Amino acid sequence: MDASARQNVKFQKIGFAKRAFLAIVLQTPSMITYTKQPHPKEYRLIFKNVDREGWDPSIDCYMRDGGYEDLKKAFSMQPKEITEEVKKSGLRGRGGAGFPTGMKWTFIPPNNTKPVYLICNGDESEPGTFKDRYILHQDPHQLVEGMVISCFAVGAHTAYIYIREEFPEAALIVERAIEEARAKNFLGTNVLGSGFDVEIYVHRGAGAYICGEETGLIESLEGKRPYPRIKPPYFPAALGLYMCPTIVNNVESLCHVKHIIRMGGDEYAKLGVARNTGTRILCVSGDVKNPGYFEVEVGKITMRELLYDMCGGPKDGREFKAVIPGGSSSKILKCEEKFKLKNPDGSERELDFWDIQMDFDTLAACGSMAGSGGVIVLDDTRKMSWVLNNLNAFYAHESCGQCTPCREGSTWMKKISDRLVEGTASPSDIDTLESVAYQIDGRTICAFGEASSWPVEAIIAKFRDELLADTKQENATIPHNPEEEAQRRFLQPV
Amino acid sequence: MSHSTLEETIASHETPGSQFYPRFVITPELEAEANDRISHYTVNKRSATLPLLHIVQHKFGYISAPSIEWVAAKLEIEPIKVLEVVTFYPGFRQSAPGKFHIRVCRTLSCAMGGSYELMERLCELTGIDRSASDSHHHPVSVSPCGKFSVEYAECLASCGSAPVCMVNDDFHECIAPEKAEELLAKY
Repeated sequence: MDASARQNVKFQKIGFAKRAFLAIVLQTPSMITYTKQPHPKEYRLIFKNVDREGWDPSIDCYMRDGGYEDLKKAFSMQPKEITEEVKKSGLRGRGGAGFPTGMKWTFIPPNNTKPVYLICNGDESEPGTFKDRYILHQDPHQLVEGMVISCFAVGAHTAYIYIREEFPEAALIVERAIEEARAKNFLGTNVLGSGFDVEIYVHRGAGAYICGEETGLIESLEGKRPYPRIKPPYFPAALGLYMCPTIVNNVESLCHVKHIIRMGGDEYAKLGVARNTGTRILCVSGDVKNPGYFEVEVGKITMRELLYDMCGGPKDGREFKAVIPGGSSSKILKCEEKFKLKNPDGSERELDFWDIQMDFDTLAACGSMAGSGGVIVLDDTRKMSWVLNNLNAFYAHESCGQCTPCREGSTWMKKISDRLVEGTASPSDIDTLESVAYQIDGRTICAFGEASSWPVEAIIAKFRDELLADTKQENATIPHNPEEEAQRRFLQPV
Repeated sequence: MSHSTLEETIASHETPGSQFYPRFVITPELEAEANDRISHYTVNKRSATLPLLHIVQHKFGYISAPSIEWVAAKLEIEPIKVLEVVTFYPGFRQSAPGKFHIRVCRTLSCAMGGSYELMERLCELTGIDRSASDSHHHPVSVSPCGKFSVEYAECLASCGSAPVCMVNDDFHECIAPEKAEELLAKY
């Protein structure tokens, strides 16, 4: 049973008197209770209502808690003012690239006469990431409210929520939320008497990772194979859905918009650290005692605090080995690594792995990225060849096949890592693997090329000796296919 | 594309699961549901390709040649444009799965949590032979009785409660291999 359904059941199980009591109590924010208590170092903004006692995804529940008040506030502002607040807030996209949301909105050509579209990217599929799942299942109105505000800001009268196929229940919950919001005139025609019309529709994907790439998503929404488009010229803000200006934002990013309007851009920017503002949801999985989601101020906690204080440290008798910090596409970091970082004044400083602050800039300076916030932790029992092979299998399966380096390369990399796992690889295979990765990187239409090659490049750079230990020199003579097998007869000694 | 060419092109074959799914038939309800979806895309009907295919697969278990023709006719596009979508997306099937289709997540966090072992255990319990399957062309394996089928899915986005799987539209988390029996007993 999924979390929200479980929530509902739990809600039904508690008696009427207690429910009435909860309904009163829950109106005071200080009295919020959760099925899993937030860690003291958490700062709940987007996940305020996730796994909250007595919470359900209905509009009544949402409005009892002050829902849609920020929408009313937004309609008292000018669209340009909203964009200005989002720019001031410093909000950076939560989907992976960390691009400033407000700036993205201003890329719509100023002399545009075509309709503008807003798309919510709910194709959450970066391995290690599981935040949007909770928002879509448990707090759909937060997203709808954020979307209507964003539509008003960018002048979009039609918006689509692209939900991955693997969230069938979420699609139903969000569609129900849209119906409820329409019935209360929070969307539809002449929203709250403002004269602004907006419709939101749910569009379900069909199990392809590449649809998380914004131009691939747009192709998919047009009913085609999701082959990403080349930029330039196809920047969605200018030439997106149906060749019209289109803003594509992540689920979490759009939810933040609502809070920016409530708090004001300057106030929101006080959360987090400079250039890395607000809160973000870190999803921790793998070899820790307490995996799960943690919403924190960006950059305010370190790797040590996250993995030891919040996640309870390694499992008994084990030691941390490496961490993939921002979804499977980000480069792996070794736990004993030290990084050389540049201070703003140009001097250098050394940063220990455990002191890395979980923000966009620090992780980028350490040679990885904050990505989508999916932290995958590996302990000393994990073999890197096995981890590498698992990731290669993912990327080989998900490459859309449009660009040759990625289509051929991702499959080739998987074949090599298959051999590593089977014990039939030779030492030169590692060099081949590395050269294949570097020949994909930077040579494809979309960022999938980097996504598939970065993990390989980083694992080889940091664990070459461990990988080499899984190879044997004599394996170099093993034929890999029937053709090679046939050619071998010429190599036999007479 | 003529009907026979489409029949030949599509990788459709009878499976033990076919008995649980009705043959594709156009009903007024189907038409109404499709028209409602199409109305969400005022600029270009072709956008409704995925939604219409979802309706078909939900009702009939898989995408057959006649259903592709129907979708193409509804959207006023060539059947090849529907077929290319069906063959691209892992979420669309061209043959019937079992009555209960199990998708086990195989990506890193779930694999670390034991999803490979979970898959083995599920196959053992349901008598499914996965030896003829491959991730690209034959991802689905059906049990001899047709009640269950299994498939590896790529990241189901619930890595914190690994290993996870889906049975039809139901989501299940923290399904360690030893809980496989308990899971199947629910269906």
